[in-house]
Amino acid sequence: MANKHFALKFLREETLPTAFCPGCGNGIVMNCFLKAVEELGFHDLSGFAFVSGIGCAAWCVSPYFKADSLHTTHGRPIAFASGLKLARPELNVVVISGDGDIAGIGGNHLIHAARRNMDLLVICINNFNYGMTGGQVGPTTLHGVITTTTPYGNPEYPFDLARLVESAGANFVARWTTVHVRQLINSIKKALKKEGFRFIEVVSQCPTSFGRRIGKRTGRDLMKWFKERSIHISKARDVQEVEDVIIVGEFVDRDRPGFVRKIHEIIFKVREENV
Amino acid sequence: MSERKNKEVLSGVHFWQGDTACAEGAIAAGCRFFAGYPITPASEIAEHMAKRLPEVGGIYVQMEDEIASISAVIGASWGGLKSMTATSGPGFSLMQENIGYACMTETPCVIVDVQRAGPSTGQATKAAQGDIMQARWGTHGDHEVIVLSPNSPQEMFDLTVKAFNLSEIYRVPVIILSDEIVGHMWEKVRVPSPEEIEVYNRRKPSHIGEPIFGGVGEVGVPPMPRIGDGFNLLITGSTHNEYGYRKTVDPEVHRRLVTRIVNKIRENADKIIDVETQNIEDADIGVISYGCTSRSVYDAVILAEKEGITVGHVRLRTIWPFPEKVVKEVAERVDFILVPEMNLGQLVYEVERVVGCEARVKAISKIGGGEMITPEEILSEMRKLLGR
Amino acid sequence: MSRTEILIVGIGGMGVVLAGRILARAAAIYEEKEVVQTQSYGAEARGTAARSEIIISSEKINYPRVRKCDILVAMSQEGLEKYLPYLKEDGVLIYEKHLVKKVSVSEKLRILSVPAIEIAEKKVGSRLVANIVIISATVGFTKIISEKSLKMAIVDIIPEPMRKINLKAVEEGIKFLREILNQNS
Repeated sequence: MANKHFALKFLREETLPTAFCPGCGNGIVMNCFLKAVEELGFHDLSGFAFVSGIGCAAWCVSPYFKADSLHTTHGRPIAFASGLKLARPELNVVVISGDGDIAGIGGNHLIHAARRNMDLLVICINNFNYGMTGGQVGPTTLHGVITTTTPYGNPEYPFDLARLVESAGANFVARWTTVHVRQLINSIKKALKKEGFRFIEVVSQCPTSFGRRIGKRTGRDLMKWFKERSIHISKARDVQEVEDVIIVGEFVDRDRPGFVRKIHEIIFKVREENV
Repeated sequence: MSERKNKEVLSGVHFWQGDTACAEGAIAAGCRFFAGYPITPASEIAEHMAKRLPEVGGIYVQMEDEIASISAVIGASWGGLKSMTATSGPGFSLMQENIGYACMTETPCVIVDVQRAGPSTGQATKAAQGDIMQARWGTHGDHEVIVLSPNSPQEMFDLTVKAFNLSEIYRVPVIILSDEIVGHMWEKVRVPSPEEIEVYNRRKPSHIGEPIFGGVGEVGVPPMPRIGDGFNLLITGSTHNEYGYRKTVDPEVHRRLVTRIVNKIRENADKIIDVETQNIEDADIGVISYGCTSRSVYDAVILAEKEGITVGHVRLRTIWPFPEKVVKEVAERVDFILVPEMNLGQLVYEVERVVGCEARVKAISKIGGGEMITPEEILSEMRKLLGR
Repeated sequence: MSRTEILIVGIGGMGVVLAGRILARAAAIYEEKEVVQTQSYGAEARGTAARSEIIISSEKINYPRVRKCDILVAMSQEGLEKYLPYLKEDGVLIYEKHLVKKVSVSEKLRILSVPAIEIAEKKVGSRLVANIVIISATVGFTKIISEKSLKMAIVDIIPEPMRKINLKAVEEGIKFLREILNQNS
């Protein structure tokens, strides 16, 4: 019998193949996440709980991961995940969702969870647009790009998500693209072992709704484009035009106590005083 | 341990405001998670929970807004904790989408709305009863929720316990629709001993693989496991089959799911509904009331009696599902039914729908400044209608 | 049936609502009366008109608001003027001597003027407890509850270190009243 792909044991096989478009980056992110889990020695996902919002990226975990998943309303997965983590602190609660979900409609939850240092790993798959609904402009769409809702070019400027979350107080922030598979796996492994708020932005390709607007019609074209534009954070100090590059790497790695630990310290103290 | 147990139910007589009684009712019912955002006149519930929950090993978290609050409450409920949030009109509006999510995913949770005068910021410190229809129809799509209406600090305690029980039994969000007067009113509250308080908990599945979103007939309530217990749960607000798989185009799956989550409340309405009645067998005139306004009706009943008018009073502790039967019963015996409410007419339309041509239904409306409808104003309407 | 309706009015920040709460708690818990206390204030916590309403009865209280009060305690000129029409003809009016400048009322009223701020400042040591001085004088003057119940409610509600001066304020309020009554007799 041929060896099964390592990831299949973490997936609901009956749900495959996925509904993602040809060339989509979601499969790479799923693969990297599961590889990280495998390399950390997990044989199943029973110690994890996954939360996602609305959008293509939100489907990575629901229904494909053979695990508990909470597929929530648009923009709110981090808030749902916060409640879940506080109720079940022993679980490794992971949010995987898209840029529109996490940084657009849910942007407020993102920065506050980072500030609170809520014990969550959030993986934001950034494909620069609202792909599921047909390629509308989003909070990460590059300036000037034509989308279905910016037919004359995007007059706005994109968020620098990694820097935003870093300054909001997260314990760990990294950004990679779907080209940086090994680096991404390593960052996920590192993040899964840490407490507090951990954020990984994965720049990913959406050939169907975004790539064709900028003349990159296939996943491969987009990945090539990511590779050309990527510059490691250690070499990015002198970069003037941040807009023209994708700064990748680990932006922050610190060990402030997570919210769960802080709140349980309070509960312990209050109960000691009361008994 | 026994000392800790005592901390959970503060048995005895207290002088509490309604908001405090609500928080204590929640803790007595087993609530161990509260997420909220400050808003007048509900902030005292959050403040009390912030102080009390750690004492009983529970979690309090102040979120960044009301949307986050209800989201965290639903997340925590799937984590196995009885969970609550408290707000007022503006925050209640923000919560509506996820109240629908809780309906669709059949998530037990309790939402307290201490009503204030709207629309918008309105009169933030003043009482109103303007959220009656929002509580029923605030979220989009077909759904049923349970809405309870306390009229005293004692009932803020009692009905909060009841809200958790109903929520756990029916896997449905339960809304406690209070108002600024009842929320901020101080009165004696008797907290029973823990043995006297009935507490229900959600039914757990008997085995992994048991459907948790169906498989219980057309009006049944499926069992509910926790996240993290090995069930590989698929929980989604999209239309799903009994195992949680998204089925977003199949008409039959949608009909089956949505009809059941509606019918599990409608078909059990008799078990859910709780009303208080006065003189309904032998009434000259009927009054349907709820919340703080019902306290004026009690006095109006006494004043009317002195003038030889027997008032059949139905006071709704359950507003939704609407207690149709008892309202019809009253309508068959009287010519006139009064519906006093601190809005420009909301529940009165539901009463009209149910009563039809059996009796003439008249609203007594009052808004502004948190001023209550007085017993004298109700009496005066009665006199007018009865020609006395 | 005995039913007493009390209004305490002033400006937010004076402790009008707290004073009402103490009085209400004392009657409810230590005198086993039926009591309802409600309050009204503006959107801001301080500086706008504040009002505490208390109903004390031997029977169940339904309508919780005060309509015609038996006792009006006024800690501001504006409050006095606004709520005097709600005072029963033979009611009791108690006002803060320095905050209320002008009083023109019917002769049937029983009236007591209390220099609560002065007493609080000079005899207790903090003007913050003027609210307690005036309700203590009110309790002494009207006998709606006992001094002992009032003190027990203060112990319940006010934590240390403020508790001590609040209890002192009760004593000074009662003492002031005795002196007035002695002068008049």
